[in-house]
Amino acid sequence: MIDFQLDLQTFWFLALAFFWVGYLVLEGFDFGVGMLLPFLGKDDTDRRVIINTIGPHWDGNEVWIITAGAGTFAAFPEWYATLFSAYFLPLLLIVVSLVVRAVAFEYRGKHHTARWRGNWDKAIFVTSLLPALLWGVALSGLLHGVPIDGDKQFTGNFFDLVQPYALVGGLVTLTLCLLCGAVFLGMKTEDDLRERARTISQRLAPIAAGVLLVFALWTAWGVMDEVIPNLLLLIAATGAGGAVVLTTGRQNEGWTFLVVALTIAFAVFGLFVQLYPNVMVSSTAEANNLTIYNSSSGDYTLTVMTIVALLMLPIVLFYQAVTYYVFRARVGRAQFEGLGQAVGEVAEKLHVAEPHPPQARVDPPTE
Amino acid sequence: MTLDILPLADAALDISRWQFALTTIYHFLFVPLTIGLAYTLAIMQTFWLRSGDEQWLRLTRFFGKLFLINFAIGVATGLVQEFQFGMNWSEYSRFVGDVFGAPLAMEGLMAFFLESTFIGLWVFGWNRLKPGFHLATIWLVAIGTTLSAYFILAANAWMQDPVGYELVNGKAQMTNIFAVLFNETALLAFFHTMAAAAVTAGFFVLGVSAFHMRRGQDVQAFGRSARLAAAIVVPATVLVMLIGDDFMRNMVNRQPMKVAAAEALYDTETKAGLSLFAVAPLEANPGETTVNVKIPYLLSVLATNSFDGEVIGINQLQAQYEQKYGPGDYVPPVGVVYWGFRGMVYIGGLLMVIALWAGYLAWKGKITTNRTFQKVAIWSIPLPFLANTAGWIYTEVGRQPWVVQGLQRTADGVTTAVPVWQMGAALGTFIAIYGILIIVEFWLLKRYAQRLPDPVRDEAERSEPVPAMSY
Ligand code: HDD
Ligand code: HEM
Ligand code: HEM
Repeated sequence: MIDFQLDLQTFWFLALAFFWVGYLVLEGFDFGVGMLLPFLGKDDTDRRVIINTIGPHWDGNEVWIITAGAGTFAAFPEWYATLFSAYFLPLLLIVVSLVVRAVAFEYRGKHHTARWRGNWDKAIFVTSLLPALLWGVALSGLLHGVPIDGDKQFTGNFFDLVQPYALVGGLVTLTLCLLCGAVFLGMKTEDDLRERARTISQRLAPIAAGVLLVFALWTAWGVMDEVIPNLLLLIAATGAGGAVVLTTGRQNEGWTFLVVALTIAFAVFGLFVQLYPNVMVSSTAEANNLTIYNSSSGDYTLTVMTIVALLMLPIVLFYQAVTYYVFRARVGRAQFEGLGQAVGEVAEKLHVAEPHPPQARVDPPTE
Repeated sequence: MTLDILPLADAALDISRWQFALTTIYHFLFVPLTIGLAYTLAIMQTFWLRSGDEQWLRLTRFFGKLFLINFAIGVATGLVQEFQFGMNWSEYSRFVGDVFGAPLAMEGLMAFFLESTFIGLWVFGWNRLKPGFHLATIWLVAIGTTLSAYFILAANAWMQDPVGYELVNGKAQMTNIFAVLFNETALLAFFHTMAAAAVTAGFFVLGVSAFHMRRGQDVQAFGRSARLAAAIVVPATVLVMLIGDDFMRNMVNRQPMKVAAAEALYDTETKAGLSLFAVAPLEANPGETTVNVKIPYLLSVLATNSFDGEVIGINQLQAQYEQKYGPGDYVPPVGVVYWGFRGMVYIGGLLMVIALWAGYLAWKGKITTNRTFQKVAIWSIPLPFLANTAGWIYTEVGRQPWVVQGLQRTADGVTTAVPVWQMGAALGTFIAIYGILIIVEFWLLKRYAQRLPDPVRDEAERSEPVPAMSY
């Protein structure tokens, strides 16, 4: 059985699990939306609609991983140091993806040629796919184990990071993000686009459920045979099964989204509970495992950070919820085809065509 | 400690240093503009709501677009910062995490969530939020950028001037969070940097406005933003200097080697003169200067507030450090530190002159018509960026060979578990991507800065559902 006691280290371990759940649920759907962009967006208006469904949210979603990273640094410096140096190449790919992705959202609409937008769209696809896959690889690698020596130093190479089990873990996050994104788009768009999103979520659900089931079974029999965490993974797999049912027929996207989000939450949380009280399993020797106790900061720092987290998290959750409430409406094509837009675009073209604007525009000097 | 990539023995260290220096300088090109512009936008939008004057609305939207183009890169490159401590500096992270991680995590919880959530509300909320609430969102973004600057600078100040910790099993462990957060060095860095951010954004707005006024375009609107910018840069350039001067006295106590290197002062002097210009053999640590033009007494005055105050020289400090820390080279690359400091200060002086000129013209009502000034204002846009970069190069290089002053050497902070080729690949990737991005960013900023602000359309437009600055 797991030996559980709620000390400062355990609190911070749970807090980090919470950040990861928040990250993979929230950024999960915006990764999914990014990956589906080329498939569901039939023309530029569609693609603008798709991007604008996540427009107000993706930046706030991304902060969950920044905080998870910084929280790990503060609460478990040895874990942060070992993990980030061990996963150097995957993290490089992830970081570069997130850099390009952030810029791509902001810049694709800033210039009006098909090539400019097409290139940024491709960038959004690739940079959503890579992290969605690699985060799963990294998280399941923590549990499966990588070579770590007695000085908490990673001693393996790149191929130790991409074990078959970890790759299946990567497929789990990838397919769940895709499914979550598809359901989210069904929930946030209208008409044709909504129909296409529903069709694709119907096709994705069985795949995601299948991959998750394989992962859950592999974990239970091959990696860690603890009861409770495996139960959590099983609940997740059941949730994915529920999504299969919910996406068929006359689906209610709101409920489906909730079920898929919970699926991700249970899968991620299950993984963390499996791990506890380790934070990184060493495949070299069990004595070399990094645990929440041998990698943590001192009690003083943990106490300070606990107070800050308990004060700030409710506030953050509140205002993030407010944004989702404010932007709860569906995003439709009409908003991007309307008269106002046409006026705006014409005006824009005029400026492009004429660096020196017509005389009529010159305002008289003040005073 | 030189900056050359060879010899290969230390390749991991050299690559990591180059990567850190490049990516951080890059991040900090965008950050001060973000901080300063966030406040400028908040002020403009407040003016609009209070006066109903539509020019302020047009200006808010116009500079808002430039802000967003800049903000995107700031956010994207900040992410790299967060990760590379663990990736390239894992031994450093193990050593300092207990202390250094705390402000970083607070930054995430208190600042980044705030900024990134409310920026979404501001951009997409133009037609959906009540005007008062919408105005509040941009103020909250501005506050978020400030908190973020504060926490990260507190973290950095701890590296310059470690306080509130004890060493346990060879690692730094925090004993007092308030000592870390309210470290005098942190407060000085914070106020100095905030003033520098105001200078950066002020000159940006001034220059862009001057560009349009010079062409006689939309003079009514840009006259307003130019006067606002003048009202910002006059106090800001003065403040940045006053706080910088205070900072210098703090450094004399906390990091005397940095000050000595910044003055190329090899031997202790009383009645020390302030160096204006110096030449020395081209080495990391030339050991002497061949030419050194000084203003008599001024260094003693600046450093100690008295004419015959003693300022300790590099050679004496080196001897002291050898006694304290054992044999080794404790002198940073003097030339880089010297010119980094001078670059910042000289540009600061120049900016103050331009700012006073702007203030005078704005006061006399001539800022919209003085074409010479307008040309100068356009060309001074890059100057604050250069001063910022020079300031950081001075700060960080002046701390070498330490990564945490007196506690850990940079050479001992670097990751050992990662093969050199992977680090090289990372550096190459960042150079390539950042290189492309800066070209795109510059091109977009220039394009959008040269466009005219959108006209305010009729009432119907107000209820129009198109999010004003959406993607
Ligand atoms: C517009 C930008 C700008 C301008 C005009 C100045 N500075 Fe500065 N300075 C910075 C921008 C900056 C900075 C980039 O923001 C730094 C780097 C580290 C920091 O905290 O602020 C800095 C650092 C910095 C430090 C070093 C702190 C350390 O070692 O940790 C000192 C002593 C000064 N400044 C002093 C001055 C003086 C005497 C100035 C007189 C003109 C001046 N600065 C103008
Ligand atoms: C909280 C903020 C910062 C932290 C924690 C930090 C940390 C570090 C570390 C770990 C190094 C050692 C690696 C090296 O020597 O290259 C370093 C060096 C350096 N940093 Fe910073 N830095 C911070 C802010 C900045 C900023 C904002 C800039 C510039 C805009 C900057 C510029 C540099 C430069 C130029 C070096 C190279 C020094 C050298 O190699 O001799 N730093 N910094
Ligand atoms: C080396 C240390 C640094 C780290 C680890 C770091 C980390 C970050 C991160 C992760 C972001 C993105 C936040 C988001 O997604 O919303 C960011 C943005 C930002 N950082 Fe940094 N940063 C560093 C240096 C600095 C310094 C020295 C300052 C200010 C003095 C600063 C001020 C800001 C601000 C204002 C933003 C938000 C606006 C923008 O990105 O332009 N950062 N930083």
